[in-house]
Amino acid sequence: MSDALSFHYDVDGESFSSAGQASAGVKKNLRQLGIDPEIIRKVSIAMYEGEINMVIHAGGGEADITVEDNCIVIVLTDRGPGIADIDKAMEEGYSTARDNIRALGFGAGMGLPNMKRYTDEMNISSVVGEGTTITMKVFF
Amino acid sequence: MTVSELAQLDDFEAVALPEADREIDGAYSGDLLSWVMGRARAGNAWITIMSNINVVAVASLADTACVILAEGVIPDEEFTATAQARQVNVLRSGKPAYEISLILGSVL
Ligand SMILES: Nc1ncnc2c1ncn2[C@@H]1O[C@H](COP(=O)(O)OP(=O)(O)OP(=O)(O)O)[C@@H](O)[C@H]1O
Ligand SMILES: [Mg+2]
Repeated sequence: MSDALSFHYDVDGESFSSAGQASAGVKKNLRQLGIDPEIIRKVSIAMYEGEINMVIHAGGGEADITVEDNCIVIVLTDRGPGIADIDKAMEEGYSTARDNIRALGFGAGMGLPNMKRYTDEMNISSVVGEGTTITMKVFF
Repeated sequence: MTVSELAQLDDFEAVALPEADREIDGAYSGDLLSWVMGRARAGNAWITIMSNINVVAVASLADTACVILAEGVIPDEEFTATAQARQVNVLRSGKPAYEISLILGSVL
């Protein structure tokens, strides 16, 4: 693959039952490109955690995925409340998810740690009151 | 063992088997979705009591071999239809997660 290919998704902040659609779409697209299943799995998991976070914590956002020569880049952008203490948010078990969300099985405080674990590079930039941008890379 | 072979055992019942011939390679038990995402391996049978629609998404993205709904949980129509559409195998069992684990431990 010499040309960079990219996919854009709007992530709806309202609907819970359709949450995960952007990740499902990415998985499908990467499959069609014949990308290694292990890479697809890493990208899918990291992207799903990020997508769900945007739905739960930020009222939705946008996802941009680019397939480069040597890696897949995932950029998640939202205009939610931002993350005041990123180090704390990255800790396993830290969660501000409310009870109705926890009842669905979310809120273990493992999403951001999973995103870090399944990607080779991860950067969070966040401004309280403005929003959060998370960039992740998975190398081939 | 394949998912359809497991579905034929006494304590299990098929809910959706869009990829019935998928081989099961180990198992993971848990209800917190991010733990499952982080710890279950591709090809595992995933035992859970959760049956909301997000379970289908997690099973699909984490690439588990099948979901096993424990404790007699019955999923709704939407769950079953989505599983079918997204190639996610689902079984159910009246047994608790521990007993299902014991069975898997002896047949896998
Ligand atoms: N996009 C975001 N905007 C604002 N806050 C966020 C965002 N993503 C994460 N957070 C904050 O970081 C915390 C930790 O996130 P993480 O994904 O690790 O756990 P969780 O979403 O609470 O639970 P889990 O992912 O295990 O279901 C969240 O509870 C929330 O307070
Ligand atoms: Mg999360």
